[in-house]
Amino acid sequence: MTADIDWVALTVFIFFFALVTVMGFFAARWKSGPVSEHLDEWGLGGRQFGTWITWFLVGGDFYTAYTVIAVPALVYAVGAYGFFALPYTVVVYPFVFAVMPLLWKVAHAKGHVTAADVVQGTYGSRGLELAVATTGIVATMPYIALQLIGMGVVIKAIGLTGELPIVAAFVILALYTYSSGLRAPALIAFVKDIMIYIVVLVAVVVVPAKLGGYGAVFSAAGDAFTAKGGATGLALKSPQMLAYASLALGSALAAFMYPHTLTGIFASKSADTIRKNAILLPAYTLLLGLIALLGYMAYAAHIKVASNNDVVPALFKELFPSWFAGFAFSAIAIGALVPAAVMSIGAANLFTRNIWKSYVNPDISHAGEASVAKIASLVVKVGALAFITFLPTQYALDLQLLGGLWILQTFPALVFGLFTRWFRAEGLLLGWAAGILWGSWTAWSNGLKPLATLSIGDTNYVFYVGLGALILNVAFAVVGTLAVGLISPRSVTVRS
Amino acid sequence: MWVLLLLPFVGLLWVPFYNFQDPALFGFPFFYWYQLAWVPITSILIWIVYRSRTPDDETR
Repeated sequence: MTADIDWVALTVFIFFFALVTVMGFFAARWKSGPVSEHLDEWGLGGRQFGTWITWFLVGGDFYTAYTVIAVPALVYAVGAYGFFALPYTVVVYPFVFAVMPLLWKVAHAKGHVTAADVVQGTYGSRGLELAVATTGIVATMPYIALQLIGMGVVIKAIGLTGELPIVAAFVILALYTYSSGLRAPALIAFVKDIMIYIVVLVAVVVVPAKLGGYGAVFSAAGDAFTAKGGATGLALKSPQMLAYASLALGSALAAFMYPHTLTGIFASKSADTIRKNAILLPAYTLLLGLIALLGYMAYAAHIKVASNNDVVPALFKELFPSWFAGFAFSAIAIGALVPAAVMSIGAANLFTRNIWKSYVNPDISHAGEASVAKIASLVVKVGALAFITFLPTQYALDLQLLGGLWILQTFPALVFGLFTRWFRAEGLLLGWAAGILWGSWTAWSNGLKPLATLSIGDTNYVFYVGLGALILNVAFAVVGTLAVGLISPRSVTVRS
Repeated sequence: MWVLLLLPFVGLLWVPFYNFQDPALFGFPFFYWYQLAWVPITSILIWIVYRSRTPDDETR
């Protein structure tokens, strides 16, 4: 990478960054309530977001900046296999439609702010609450670090070097999240999403036009994969098929277990808001599918990059004038701010409600909860920043991968209780532990790859570790529940 | 009606249904346009289920 600064792009970038900074601080007064007096205000924006705000907010924090960088990078590197993000972000919505309104109703009726609150409310088990809360916090930290990496890639493409720009951007983000809470990313999400839509729509029309159409794009990519030896290509090889489907399903089941996506759910005004969003949010998936194809366009444009993550910035710099490249990079960088803010808020809510309130100060006031959460959000962000500044980037990537596997293990504890009270807390805790241990050990022993292999007879089945761990988790939860039922039969008083 | 929500899982997770390149559409190999087509189809299916269900009392 050259150290030459692209001044036009940088000016556009600074303009948009300044715009969202002002919006971030202004957001405290938007649809305002007493932001510092209640965690519902700071941490959930007052539980009042309607269909459109929720659409922008969840769209903004589910489809992260890192997605815009990493999905095309993966498609560029491995072809069809990298496209699993598409079926993943389609099948997630029938699930959201069927399950999340039920979760919202429980949370709304009982005043729950986090997933661990819901679990504690359902099972009355401090152990299970702590397991869900720590899993959420630990899985979110590397995800925030990833947003910083996404931002770093575009800042580097503009020509700025060193850690200072990213530290500055993050300090600003931390300050307005501190003062405005969830309202800041909700307001900024409008700008971010509109910018991303413009960038992608322009890119998917203009880029193929410059490169000779989609037919030419696909055939250039196909030729490149054949030249590389044909281990991957424009369609999946047969051993890849189960891996592709299980990654899509496992990721979809994990997606709304994360604190940042659940924060978007709990902040909605009504269960119907969530149902309408399950219908409307797939618009972002269409966008994601088109973004993924940028990876193939890079072959048609003869882009050569040192690191796969540079594919998208390099493509934009090659094909667009500086001002539009600057606009695109601002969109991606701002795209990192929204999820980073919501993630830190989600993690802070977990810390406040399920660790601080449960173990340190059970008598904490509503205003006290808000101030603990505000400070926790700062700590979480500083932690993520220190993580990518002092440790190799690869650690963040590896941990995020493990994070997806871990968060998926909270699925039975959080979701099953919405449909049945048959499971017992001890069984769910046992299942959680079994899933986490087997999943982590398997991923670790495969060199931190998300895939496991099962040999039955002569056939090898390659599948997503997280999904395998979830199946094990459920099996242990069933066995554990049966065992506990034998030792201590259920008491007559049923908690409701 | 709720069974409609299972269709995207069947259509997208059974990969042998669509793991080939022909017929192409607008230059997109089948693998790609088939999966992209599931995006609006899924929206419509969820909308049909949404319309058919009895609204719950707290809904506004």
